[in-house]
Amino acid sequence: MKLLINIFLNMVFAAIFQLFLPWWSIALVAFIIGYFNTQNAFQAFVAGFVAVSILWGGYAFFLDHANEQILSSKIAQLFTLSSGYTLILITAVVGGLVAGLAALSGKLVKAIL
Amino acid sequence: MKYVKFLVAFISTVALIYVLDRPLGPAPALGRFLSPFTGFWQNAESTSGFKDQAFNMDGLKDKVEVIYDERLVPHIFAQNDEDLFFMQGYVTAANRLWQMEIQTHNAAGRVSEIVGEKALENDRLQRRIGLGFGAERAEEFIDNDPDSKAILSAYCNGINAYIKSLSPKDYPLEYKLLGYAPEPWTPIKVALLLKNMSNMLSVFEFDVENTNFIAIYGEEAFKYLYKDLDDFNEYIIPKGTKWDFEADTSFVKATAAKSIIRKMTVGSKDQAPYESYNRVLEKPDDITGSNNWAVSGVKTKSGLPLLCNDPHLQLNLPSIWYEMHLVAPGINVYGATLPGAPCVISGFNDSIAWGVTNAGRDVRDWFKIQFRDDSFNEYLVDGKWEKAKKRVETIGIKNNRPYLDTVIYTRYGPVVFDPTFKKASSKSLLSLKWTAHLPSNEFKTFFMLNKGKNYDDYRTALKNYVCPAQNFVFASRSNDIAIVEQGTFPNVAEEVVDGAASSNDWSAFIPAEHNPSHKNPERGFVSSANQFPVDETYPYPVSKVGVYENFRSIRINKMLVEKDKIDANYMKQMHSDNYNVFAEMLVPTIVRIAESSGKFSEHTAMINSLKNWNLRNDAALKEPVFFELWSTELMDLLWDEMADPNLPMKRPNSYLTANFLKNDSSSIFYDNLQTGEREDRTSIVLQSFSRAVSKLSEQYGSLDKIPDWGTHKATFIHHLAKLDPLSKLNVYCGGNRGIINATSATHGPSWKMVVDFGESKAYCVYPGGESGNPGSKFYDNMIDTWAKGQYYTVELSNDINKVSAKALYKSTFNKK
Repeated sequence: MKLLINIFLNMVFAAIFQLFLPWWSIALVAFIIGYFNTQNAFQAFVAGFVAVSILWGGYAFFLDHANEQILSSKIAQLFTLSSGYTLILITAVVGGLVAGLAALSGKLVKAIL
Repeated sequence: MKYVKFLVAFISTVALIYVLDRPLGPAPALGRFLSPFTGFWQNAESTSGFKDQAFNMDGLKDKVEVIYDERLVPHIFAQNDEDLFFMQGYVTAANRLWQMEIQTHNAAGRVSEIVGEKALENDRLQRRIGLGFGAERAEEFIDNDPDSKAILSAYCNGINAYIKSLSPKDYPLEYKLLGYAPEPWTPIKVALLLKNMSNMLSVFEFDVENTNFIAIYGEEAFKYLYKDLDDFNEYIIPKGTKWDFEADTSFVKATAAKSIIRKMTVGSKDQAPYESYNRVLEKPDDITGSNNWAVSGVKTKSGLPLLCNDPHLQLNLPSIWYEMHLVAPGINVYGATLPGAPCVISGFNDSIAWGVTNAGRDVRDWFKIQFRDDSFNEYLVDGKWEKAKKRVETIGIKNNRPYLDTVIYTRYGPVVFDPTFKKASSKSLLSLKWTAHLPSNEFKTFFMLNKGKNYDDYRTALKNYVCPAQNFVFASRSNDIAIVEQGTFPNVAEEVVDGAASSNDWSAFIPAEHNPSHKNPERGFVSSANQFPVDETYPYPVSKVGVYENFRSIRINKMLVEKDKIDANYMKQMHSDNYNVFAEMLVPTIVRIAESSGKFSEHTAMINSLKNWNLRNDAALKEPVFFELWSTELMDLLWDEMADPNLPMKRPNSYLTANFLKNDSSSIFYDNLQTGEREDRTSIVLQSFSRAVSKLSEQYGSLDKIPDWGTHKATFIHHLAKLDPLSKLNVYCGGNRGIINATSATHGPSWKMVVDFGESKAYCVYPGGESGNPGSKFYDNMIDTWAKGQYYTVELSNDINKVSAKALYKSTFNKK
């Protein structure tokens, strides 16, 4: 349950922050939520990773679907990827990794202070 | 340990963000690029669910409505001219921003700012031929005309209003890929776009090439190859037409008096006359071409005129043209616009229609300059040393210090090549004079045509037009048709001239009213297809050495003469006509030679198929594949004399070549310089046949596997950044150079328009789409229609309700 709440909060704030701030604001959000995370370090990472993976991957999927994959198939070719879906996966993993690592950092900094 | 754990996690996070926020080589910054909130996913436009929008807009005087139809063509309804052109700028930017900017950056020699050092040589060339110099003079000139200035600033303000409304997530895809941002639009950019067109269309003089040829082969050979072999008769102004004016004799005298500089004695090859650098200025043997024609009511089914235009250019995405409909009190015009410049360039309104083909006339001179010393500070004119000007071009380079390029300007113009550029020898420096450097206001012509009502308006509009010279075809609802070759034509020479005598400078211009023109001719039509404009009775000298293309005009005139009661369908059929006049002229000669040699018994089938070929370059036929290869090999073998990279010379065009092969069997030009033997016509024809066969076998494994012409030609429409995934490759269609449907692998009809005054309809199409966004379904949606030779029907209605009925969505702009 706690994990789900963390994921949910992370997603909501990451979405709001990115409307105004650069892409890496996902790390700020994840760091702060990680700081207040009462679970263990691994779970903090998972919360950040899953939240932004779903957010980025989900939003990309939504845009891609509405676009009937016109653009993603071209960008996939540019980066010599097999399909637009691979691109969604990469988008999700990249966003997830940044947020996961930031959440982990947030959790670990608390242990020091 | 706690510290270590934290530091490892923290440093990894920061490092990851750092890496993802920076471009990796040619790849964009991945974090920014992949984020669906800011990156490329934002350019993935929804393919459905279009909704009406409303905006409050600074800079408008009144309300403007923009209705996008089902092809995303904008129909702009404004209450006054300034709002109309403001919104033309805004809407064009909203759909084509990256393209307009990169094209002006290219003209200005600023591409290095975006892609780095690899564009430097091209940037230097663009600046050294003086495109920026010309644009600055044009801008000053436009500034002195209040009406033009008002429209131009409204247009620029509209573009800037759009740019200002953008945040980085809204930037066109290419900005995100290349990692930069759009900059404000200025009037000089509009001037640069026109100069860029001049650089595509008005560079076909061969002064250096002719000088070299004459120096080596003599004047006799020059006259024979480039002039006497020309038995062409289908001039733009039909042979025998009487001129209703007296020539300005000072022009004729001044041209004849120009002194030519030939550096070496005839027959000697030890000293190259003019060096390799002129090879840098790429010029084709034959222009790819454009067609236009107008048929008078006496020859049409409806009794009212038809007008057609298909300008042929390099095919690119986003397309060079943007289709628009502009409506305000006193103006209701539809057609192809040039993104980045106001007005409609090829189009129609309710009263008149017009279209353009390239004139290709010689409008440049190269002056041999004698500098006092290698500081290039002074040069000789009329026995005195005159001071040269130096213009320092600062070329910004991405991730590097700017490159400072000093260009020497004489009284004639820029010294394009010098020891710092393409290693030109300081002993043979040439200064370029070009009508594209003249102060001019071409877009006033288009503004006046857009509002034009009749023939007189059309002629008045054309007077403002300087460069690149065009054949403006015209038709009106009041049943006038006409054609005028319009441009500024100075007294140029067809060889390099001596810059040391000021009398060699341009001293006379053909008066605009003496330009070749033709109104309501008896034959009931006017036409042009980049052919030579006039017969020998035209009282002004016009050099025949150029990229004039004769085949299409022969075919067009034949098709127009043959038919009466012409309708729009016949016009469309003509646009798609694949009949190959070059093949008609060449095939009998070369097939006869190949057959009588008895050498190719294993290829009898192939030779027979050429013999029985219907001479059409239809996509589904195989004969055109073989003809193209054979004729290309033949031209290469035959004209090897002109292929020396260190000694630029022009090859005779395909028409002259066909005549040469037909009429001359023993010329010295048959000899291949690379071999010890002496070749003649037979050996060249046979050799080229063998070469074509082996090339085809090599390419396709065996001759049985040769595909049809459409597959072999594989027309491709490249994205402007040459990125294949954003391009359209393998577009299946027929045609080729020299054919009305002049669709080669890279060039073709960039805009096709048939205007039917009888039906009050037009039929248009171009190989692209209205959106410049590769993520839009309107990016390339018209290509298939175009390739099939089909059109979209356009009704010229200025009734907003009628247009609204076909709306995809409407944007309303209220003044703030």
